[in-house]
Amino acid sequence: MSNHENEPMLSAKNLKLLTEPLGKNNPITVQVLGICSALAVTVKLKPAIVMALSVIIVTAVSNFVIAAIRQYIPDRIRIIVQLVVIATMVILVDQFLKAFVFDVSKQLSVFVGLIITNCILMGRLEAFAMANKPWPSFVDGIGNGAGYGIILVIVAFFRELLGSGTIYGFPVLEKLGIYHAGYENNGMVILPPMALIFVGLIIWYQRSRDKSLVEKN
Amino acid sequence: MENLLNIFVKSIFVDNMIFAFFLGMCSFLAVSKTVKTAIGLGVAVIFVLLITVPVNFLVEKYVLKKGAMIWLGSGFADVDLSFLTFMVFIAVIAAMVQLVEMVVEKFSPALYNSLGIFLPLIAVNCAILGAALFMQEREYESVAEATVFGVGSGVGWMLAIVSIAAIREKMKYSNVPDPLKGLGITFIVTGLMAIAFMGFMGIKL
Repeated sequence: MSNHENEPMLSAKNLKLLTEPLGKNNPITVQVLGICSALAVTVKLKPAIVMALSVIIVTAVSNFVIAAIRQYIPDRIRIIVQLVVIATMVILVDQFLKAFVFDVSKQLSVFVGLIITNCILMGRLEAFAMANKPWPSFVDGIGNGAGYGIILVIVAFFRELLGSGTIYGFPVLEKLGIYHAGYENNGMVILPPMALIFVGLIIWYQRSRDKSLVEKN
Repeated sequence: MENLLNIFVKSIFVDNMIFAFFLGMCSFLAVSKTVKTAIGLGVAVIFVLLITVPVNFLVEKYVLKKGAMIWLGSGFADVDLSFLTFMVFIAVIAAMVQLVEMVVEKFSPALYNSLGIFLPLIAVNCAILGAALFMQEREYESVAEATVFGVGSGVGWMLAIVSIAAIREKMKYSNVPDPLKGLGITFIVTGLMAIAFMGFMGIKL
């Protein structure tokens, strides 16, 4: 314990925990976690960003809490304990969103609640927080939440741009005069199926850049 | 009766858990490699939804809603516990899954063995909590409506996972580009299936 305290807050090891989930070990495209509540909120950038931030906060804090009490959790009931911690965090986030950004909270509807069963949370708690100290777990939570968020934001960026012709509500295509050239918004992109196809394409791109991620069977 | 049938058909095809809301995607992707396991998981999900949705409906109606606890006496008329929804729902689901697991183990060891690890994992399947939250958001009026909605969602989910498993089994023989193999192509095929399912949009009985 004592020699651990000498370790700097952002040592190389912790920094790696933060950056790896952004690319090489991305929760969505590589670990296949947390797709459930992700895709339905990517029609516009704003809800996607709010959702990403909520997930980062919930993952980081619940990782921290579980890591702090991990030695006192009986093995048999650990799932219930984890769910209670996560649910508490999600209730806090939900109440906060309702109080400060009500319109976004309405758009996200049930998907804030579904952060509870987001597999990223259970996955990280089981795989990391139950076996590591609070601070690295906190960093790991931020990293994985951000890795999830980055995919969300990429998908939302393209869906909003192609589907509504705006970026974060700003009518980019109209200002550029693309509509005069005969372009029309692609209504298809706003519909749910395209989110899946976009994620598929991101995975394709990532794996063709990094051959070590290709699945063999 | 007509209303119930309408909810049933709608929850299977129009508001399909996977193709319209992407709920339960994690296990959908992980367990859809063979048709046999997909059927097992599908049955388990229907089973759990059949039980948890009505139970959560009753909990919502008689405990959580604003003024729901009035049956305890007029002093409770103003109690509003709706902020506890998430925690109570997930606790009910976890408890129910545990209960279902014990009952199945006792009375049908064969089914228990074939479901294996999937049964406990259902507690964290987004489709289950999602169905409970949609049930709350859409304000179904009776237990019957909630139950029918639960079963319908389960059937829709099973339909989706069994068909993707069948496609994935066949896809082994096709020549998919290497980086797209496995996860990538599954996403794209699911997307194409979802487009097909959009043809059901607006159906009403």
